[in-house]
Order: sequence, then C-alpha cells, then structure tokens
Amino acid sequence: MTVAAFTFYAFAVTTLLGGLMTVMSRNPVHSVLWLILAFISSAGLFVLLGAEFVAMLLMIVYVGAVAVLFLFVVMMLDIDFAELKAEMARYMPLALLIGVVILMQLGMAFGAWDYSEGVAERLAAPAGEVQNTAALGQLIYDKYIMLFQLAGLILLVAMIGAIVLTLRHRTNIKRQDILAQMYRDPAKSMELKDVKPGQGL
Amino acid sequence: MIGLEHYLAVAAALLVIGIFGLFLNRKNVIILLMSIELILLSVNINFVAFSSFLGDLVGQVFTLFVLTVAAAEAAIGLAILVCFFRNRGTIDVEDVNVMKG
Repeated sequence: MTVAAFTFYAFAVTTLLGGLMTVMSRNPVHSVLWLILAFISSAGLFVLLGAEFVAMLLMIVYVGAVAVLFLFVVMMLDIDFAELKAEMARYMPLALLIGVVILMQLGMAFGAWDYSEGVAERLAAPAGEVQNTAALGQLIYDKYIMLFQLAGLILLVAMIGAIVLTLRHRTNIKRQDILAQMYRDPAKSMELKDVKPGQGL
Repeated sequence: MIGLEHYLAVAAALLVIGIFGLFLNRKNVIILLMSIELILLSVNINFVAFSSFLGDLVGQVFTLFVLTVAAAEAAIGLAILVCFFRNRGTIDVEDVNVMKG
C-alpha cells in the first residue's frame, strides 16, 4: 500500500468514526469534540485531493468558529441531557432501517453511475498550472464576484439575525446612565461645610 | 492514486451517518444541528472530489458557498435554540408547540 493510499484510508476511517461517534455519543460535549475530529480529518481528505484552500477554510470556519459555537451553546445551556438520551434506544431500529435503506439506494445509484459523454469539453474552469489558492481567487473575484458578494450578504443577515434573536433587555438591573454622569457637576453633588475647631459637625 | 469511487463512498457513508443521527437524536436539537453539519460536509466532500478528478475548479467555488450557508445556518439555529431555551427551559423538540393552532 502506498503512502497516499494509507493516508486516504486513515483520514476516511477517522472521518467516518468521528461522524458516527458524533451522533452516538451520550455526552454532547464529546459529540462536539468528535465533530471537530471529523472536520479535521476531512480537511486532510481535501488536502489529498489537492484542494488546500478549501481544507484550510474548513479548519478555520468549522473547527475555529462553528464547532466552538456549538461547544459554547452546549456548555451555556443547563440541560438534562440524560433525559433527552433516554429514548435513544427506542428510535434505534427505525434509524437503522432508514440508514440501511438510504445506503442501499445510494449503492444502487452508485452502481449505475458513469461519466456522461464529452464531459471534458464542458468543463467550466479547468484547473491549470496555477496554484490552487490563486486559481480559486481568480475565479471568485472575477467570474463569481456576484455570488461571492451574496455569500457575504448571507453572513451579514445571519449575524444580524443571531444578534436580534439572542439580545434581551433586562429591566430590573442597574445600568450605567451616561447622560446623568455627564450632567453631574460639583455644585449639585457636593456640599462644603465649614467645621469649627473642636466642635465637629 | 486513490480513485474517485473511494471518495464518493466516504461521502455516501457520511451522508447516511448524518441521516441516521437525525433519526436517532430526535429530541436533542443540538445533535440534530450537528447531523446537518455532517450531511453538508459529505456534500462538500463530493463536490471537492469531483472538482479534483474532473480538473474543474467550480466545484471548489461551490464548496465555499455551501460552507458559508452552513455557518450561517448553524449560527441562526443556535440563536433560535438559545432563545427557545430561555422561554421554555428545555430543548426537547416535542415541546416546540407554541404555534400550535
């Protein structure tokens, strides 16, 4: 077995193991950690495929942002996960059945699948001698600039939506009143008393 | 060199694992969201595999957009989850019946 084949099988098995343990794990924190493992090893698969930029993006976006967001929410919410997991055994037969059926369907589609005629002539953007990241940049910032801007818009809308959804204004707490602080002066807040010696106030 | 079929098999298995997780964790919304992430990851593996083996970079460009939408979806989903937990004190999907007519 060559090094490339060994690396592929290692990453593939790790990806599938990570995915399986994500859905099977009893503790949701462990689930998130297995999910991170699945993402990292599939980034390895992407590197094997020669898509370095997407692989690094997967590490930054998924492992760095999405998985940490999941971890944050899992740890922040005080949920009794044992109760939620109690009925897992009840759903297991149905889930297995559906999984096997879909796997068989995919297998059947896979058996009948082949390249269509003349696929080589219809390639939209052939990967040339340019480095992967540079070639992707030329595509994104030139041919697909509109879609790229729209992707940014989607992220903006998601950010605003998440903020609006989770922001809450609590009433019965003490807040800083900046105007009151600015209008405060010595004449209103301070009083000078002339204390006679030996008498006190 | 590993053939395209191997990558497609990995992606198919990951998709099935994701759907399996959807049905297995019907009550826990957090694991449901993670299963959706797994499904989108398998789609990404398919895109990148085809892109690499056909020598066409558009597959990787589309992967970027799938990644974007997945990140936005996770953020919104978790925000809704936090909001729901504040109101109801649980994340059980069967308790999501506020809009029941």
